[in-house]
This record gives sequence, C-alpha cells and structure tokens, in this order.
Amino acid sequence: MITAIQTEGLVKRFGETTALAGIDLAVRQGSVLGLLGPNGAGKTTAVRILATLATPDAGRAEVLGHDVVREAHRVRQLIGLTGQYASVDDGLTGLNNLVMIGRLLGLSRAEARLRAGELLERFDLAEAGRRPAKTYSGGMRRRLDLAASLVGRPPVLFLDEPTTGLDPRARIEVWGMVRGLVADGVTVLLTTQYLDEADHLADDIAVIDHGRIIATGTPAELKAKVGGQVLEVRPAEPADLDRVAAAVAEVTGAAPATDRARDLVTAPAADSSSLAALVRQMDDSGIELAEFALRTTSLDEVFLALTGRQGDGEPAELAKEESR
Amino acid sequence: MTATTIPAGQILARRPGLLQGTREALTLTWRSLLKIRTNSEDLVGLSLQPIMFLLLFTYVFGGAIAHGSVHRYLQYVLPGILVQTVVFATLGTGLMLNQDISAGVFDRFRSLPIARSAPLAGAILGDVSRYVISVVVTLGFGIVLGFRVTTNPLAAVAGCALVLAFALAMCWVSALIGLLAKTPQGVQIFGFTAMFPIVFASGILVPIQTMPGWLQAFARWNPMTLLSQACRGLMTGGPVAVPAGKSLLWALAILAVFAPLAVRAYRHRS
Repeated sequence: MITAIQTEGLVKRFGETTALAGIDLAVRQGSVLGLLGPNGAGKTTAVRILATLATPDAGRAEVLGHDVVREAHRVRQLIGLTGQYASVDDGLTGLNNLVMIGRLLGLSRAEARLRAGELLERFDLAEAGRRPAKTYSGGMRRRLDLAASLVGRPPVLFLDEPTTGLDPRARIEVWGMVRGLVADGVTVLLTTQYLDEADHLADDIAVIDHGRIIATGTPAELKAKVGGQVLEVRPAEPADLDRVAAAVAEVTGAAPATDRARDLVTAPAADSSSLAALVRQMDDSGIELAEFALRTTSLDEVFLALTGRQGDGEPAELAKEESR
Repeated sequence: MTATTIPAGQILARRPGLLQGTREALTLTWRSLLKIRTNSEDLVGLSLQPIMFLLLFTYVFGGAIAHGSVHRYLQYVLPGILVQTVVFATLGTGLMLNQDISAGVFDRFRSLPIARSAPLAGAILGDVSRYVISVVVTLGFGIVLGFRVTTNPLAAVAGCALVLAFALAMCWVSALIGLLAKTPQGVQIFGFTAMFPIVFASGILVPIQTMPGWLQAFARWNPMTLLSQACRGLMTGGPVAVPAGKSLLWALAILAVFAPLAVRAYRHRS
C-alpha cells in the first residue's frame, strides 16, 4: 500500500485562534478520504497547507513522499485543487481558462487546446466553452473548477467543499464526476460538511472538530462506533407512547428516547433477537403500532454523538473566514 | 481520459527555471490582454476618461487660464493630460490583482507549479497595453481638437515612451495597494486618495508660479511636474534634458522602493 497523503502533528495558528491542533492523516493511494466537520473546524486550513497555499506552524505533511514546505514546487506538480477559493477566471471563457492552465503547465498551444476540449467534453461544458465563465450557473462553474484542477492529470486531488451551495441535482452530477476520477486511480482528499456526501464518496472518513481529528474509520465503522442499529417504534395512538417506551426499555435493556412531537420511541438495539419478543408483547397488550423499524445509524447521529452538535445547518459564510 | 498513474521515475523539478518562468509570465500576459479585449466596459472607460478630461480642461479652464486662447492652452495641457491619464490608468493594475485575490484566481495560480513571480509579472506586462491605449487615445483626440506636435515625430514618440516608462514604475505602487487592500472598492478609495493630490498639486494643468510658496516647493519636486515638463519639451519645445533626467530618476526611485514592497506583500498574502 502506498500512502499518497500523510500528515503528522499538523498545527496552524492564526493569532490567538488555533485552526489546527495537531492533525494526523494518512490517505491510501487511489482512495478517497472524507474530511468531515462543521464550518470553522479546520478543514480548509488543512487543505490549504497540503496544497502549499499555507505553511504549518508545527508538524509536517507529505504528498507522494514530497514535503509540502521544503518541496512545495514538486508537490504542486502532483496536485489538483478545487475549492471555494481556488477559482476560475470569470472574465475568460471556459475554454480559455483551461487553455491558460495547460499553457502554464508547459503544454504547447495545440496540446493545451486539445486537452481543454477533452475536459470540456468530459464535464459536459462543450457547448458553453466559448462563453465567459461569469455567465455559468453554479453547477457549471463548479464543473469548470474541477476540470481546471485536472488539466495536468494530477495523481492527487484536493476538493474543498466541492458541492457547498449547489442545488441537489448539481451535487449529484459533481458526485458522479468525482467517482469517475476515482475510477481513474486518482487519490482524493475531500472536505465536506455534508454527512451524506462523505457517506457517498469516501472510503474513509476523518471527523474533524476544533482543529482535532476526533474519529476515523470507514463510514460503516463510524456508524457502528456509535451504537450500530437503532430501533424506532411509533404507536398508532399517541396515548400509548409511555407504555411502548416501558416495553422497549424492558426488551432492549437500554433507556429509550421518547420524541413526543413525532410520537416516536427510539433506542439503540444491540441484537435483533429481542425484537420478536417486543412485537409479541405489543400484540398481547393490544397496542397497535404505526411504525416499527430497525435501521443503521446515520452519519448525522454519528456526528452528534461525537461532537455534541448537529453536523448540518450552520451558515456557509463562516468557512470563508477560515480561508483568510 | 487516460488513467492517472503515479509519475514513477518522472523527475520533478525542484524549482521553476528562468526560461519557464518567462514563458509563464507571457501566458499570463496573454490572459490580461484577453481580459481587456473581452471587458468592453474597461476599454470604453479607458478611452472615454482622457477624452472627457481633454474636453473639460480645454474648454472649461482653457479660456480663463490662457487669456482666451483655447488653442494655446491645449498646446500646454495635452502633455499634462497624457501624464495624468496614464497615471490614473495604473490604478487598474492594483484593481485587477485585488480582484484576482478576492475571486480566488490567485490561489489557483499559487497551487500550480509555476514561478511565484509569474502572475505579478503577467499582470503588469498585460497592463502596458492598457497604458499604450490611453496614450494613443489621448494624443489622437488631442490632435482632433487641434493639438500640434511642433518639434518632430521622433521626439513626440520619445515623450510617450517616457510617460510609459514612468507608468511602469507607478504601477508597482498600484500593485502594492491592490495587494494590501481588502476589497476592490478599497483599492479605488486608497488609490484615488493617494493619486489626486500628487496629480493635481503639480504643473500638469497649470503653471506652478501662482501656487503659494509651500505648495510650489512640493509641486516643483513632484514627478508629475517634471514628467509633464519633459513631455512638453519633447512635443512642443522647451527644456528636456533636466526634467526628463529627473523624471527617470523618480521612476527608478519609485521602482526601487515599491517593487520589493509589492513582491513582499505578494509573497506574504496567503
């Protein structure tokens, strides 16, 4: 196994604020690591250091064996960067944006045009290629951003919140394109505040909060870590809620949570063998059930359990502060 | 797309070479030129501003200043307006750099394996064409209004070259403002606040003899005064060597101070 991206004890401070308080990461070559965390957690700072845009105050980071500080120019030859900040030039057409980057990377005029055409085709922008990028929709812009970071066929790609601010359809399109890249063998480090995005795209997830990695693992491992499966029971009559809760407590041996607004009793379920007993007991007591479900923990719950906060719903503007 | 592999055995350059850096700066110059061509507002503004100033100064102040002779004032003021126009046009350099930073284009460049100085050099080289446009429009419209070069065409060209050389120094001041300001609006406010007194407290538009003594002292050493004197000498006759020499010294001094400051601000902006 080759480690494509590695960091050890990465620290970054901005004045009094500690953006990164010692980050250790390792990304296998050809895999996708999802760096998951709320705004201000330090995700963008970590990517900026890895992409040579910022220098760490302590610790070190390597991309394919090259130190991001001492060998910054070498690292730049190996990476692509797409983010909220590393952007395309609004005043140029999509085609010229890509040709410019190709030329900067040392391609001849003809090669640069060829490569630009290929990428516009691949990212479904062939028709819009001759229009200025400022006329593009959010989704088209993000695709052009992604294309721009791929001109040099980088083996390592950093995607900083690639779908923040996109509508659901555009998000799914970007996801599809990222999966295509992974199929080509590109190593991807992806930051996101969307739990479903990490769940969909990442092989491994590192949860980051207040500049620290607070959990790592595959999406499945993380879900298991926070209690595996969840039992959800909803009585047909809200009046039966307390009796249901008592029965659930007795059968599972855990304290259930009662959500009176949704008339729902939830409890962690260690094993499924007790469920039959619960169903029988409800039947005997004459309690009619509207819903009875056993489901896997969502990453939302994982995040809540790990940080004590909801993962979603914070204003996106805060992320920009972090990038300054 | 072809499969991406680890560039095993591929030797990665440790730092960009000089030749490569020059090529990258030229690519980014091409980008600046493309932007000028596609941004029609900038182009129109660049042309309309000197036309407006020429018309205003010639017909509003001309009669009063030159005792009724508009033509005589035009002969006096055109070299001055040439200087003023180009100096104002240098503000565009800072503005564009600042926009590149706030839009994130700058960060994209910094993540690419290119010479660190290429984006700065490209922006400034690209802007030379904007200055040339300003000079051509000002001189051309001046001639339409009746301005005549009374020396010889070669001297007039030398005058324009002198103004352009000075602009190349001034644009580093603008670049520094562009790199330090937080927003494009900030660049405009700082830029104009710094440039207005320098441009107007000079012999660009009026002879400095009527100014109060302390202001005369300032105006006499103001590079704008020296530059417009040299330009006048080259286009309509008068002393050339001394004001031209002092202008060039000023240009060198400005370059020596502000180019390193701008490069430093550029490196530190992260």
